Amino acid sequence: MKYIDAFRDGATGRGLAARIAAEVNPARSYRLMEFCGGHTHAIFRYGVQDLLPANVIMVHGPGCPVCVLPVGRLDMAIELARRPEVILCSYGDMLRIPGSRKRSLLRARAEGADVRMISSTMDALALAEAHPDRQVVFLAIGFETTTPPTAAALRVARARGIGNFSILCNHVLTPAAISNILQAPALRDIDAVQIDGFLGPAHVSVVIGSQPYEYFAEEFARPVVISGFEPLDVMQSILMLVRQINDGRAEVENQYQRAVSRHGNATAKALVADVFELRRSFEWRGLGTVPYSALKLRAAYADFDAEQRFAIAYRPTPENRACACPRILRGAARPTDCVLFGKQCTPQTPLGSCMVSDEGACAAYYKYGRHRAEVTS
Amino acid sequence: MCHAVPARVVEVLDADNARIEIGGVRRVVSTALVGSLAVGDFVVVHVGFALGRLDAAEAEATLALLASEARR
Ligand code: SF4
Repeated sequence: MKYIDAFRDGATGRGLAARIAAEVNPARSYRLMEFCGGHTHAIFRYGVQDLLPANVIMVHGPGCPVCVLPVGRLDMAIELARRPEVILCSYGDMLRIPGSRKRSLLRARAEGADVRMISSTMDALALAEAHPDRQVVFLAIGFETTTPPTAAALRVARARGIGNFSILCNHVLTPAAISNILQAPALRDIDAVQIDGFLGPAHVSVVIGSQPYEYFAEEFARPVVISGFEPLDVMQSILMLVRQINDGRAEVENQYQRAVSRHGNATAKALVADVFELRRSFEWRGLGTVPYSALKLRAAYADFDAEQRFAIAYRPTPENRACACPRILRGAARPTDCVLFGKQCTPQTPLGSCMVSDEGACAAYYKYGRHRAEVTS
Repeated sequence: MCHAVPARVVEVLDADNARIEIGGVRRVVSTALVGSLAVGDFVVVHVGFALGRLDAAEAEATLALLASEARR
């Protein structure tokens, strides 16, 4: 496929690996956090870690929207799905995540709830138009990549007067999460995470641009390289981070030049700003309550807010205490540190969110970790 | 969930929709977020929407840089 295969070439990957090995300072370590679950997935799938020198360590971050959704928010969706008038729809990943008491949307469906998987917000609108006698609720989730499509659907819904459509909004913001991770070590020494640089998200940055990261680079003196999701993109970005660290620089660099500009997609940003505003605070699984880290509908779109339409409210729910997801999501622990990993908790029987989504660190470890010796070429 | 894929525009259907091709598979996506496109343009596609444009010249430049780094 054009612009995919060329970025997966094994020989070039080994060449880049040799370059990285030649340039790292053996006297220090390089702890690099990939924020995005998409990078975590690529790193495991293509065996990137195995190509790196031992002192370049990839730390997996919280950039998996499914993984950071607190159980209480999923419980709200399950509660809505159980109402006879509701058709609840969402992206496929959401349906399997375990809520409290081992409930999930899939289980609710098996018990008679009308839960549907969609691949575009426009499908949700079509459902609402096809079922005027039902209430279609879209469980909206994701970072800055999925927010513009939700906003686009809401604008159409308002223009067409689709009264039986609403969203349960869980859209969250990448920059807020990165700041939270960078600020946390000072607050809680016990989970202190040493991070020397960040691999910045590819597709989130297509929308928001590279500019929002400039603040971290300055404020926290950590380099950020916005990286494409293909394995060679990741390798090149690692090389760029190593060079910045060696030079003592902390800049925002853009490896994903082919799709990311400094200011991102102006049309998408304007649409999002028209439909959404900041939530004062939002709870993230793993990070806790993070101020101004999520979006809610503006007053002009309040009619489409499922929380108001159905008068439901968020109630925090305790986590399974043995699940190490909260520490894994902050880069403070590895999946193999969890006592349940690969035993009670597997992709078939996930106990925590990091095992559900393909992009979760536990799922990636489980799926690829057992074959670490076989380096993809 | 944030993984978009590069795709080529094969037909512009109307102001807000285009048919694109990803690895031999064609489908219709919304172009409401990227403005007007032409046949042959590349876009990155996610959950049924073109999220942004993909600049073919920049892609080639990155590939050339990768190749030169790998050969050094
Ligand atoms: S292995 Fe399962 S229980 Fe343990 S941290 Fe990962 S998701 Fe949670």
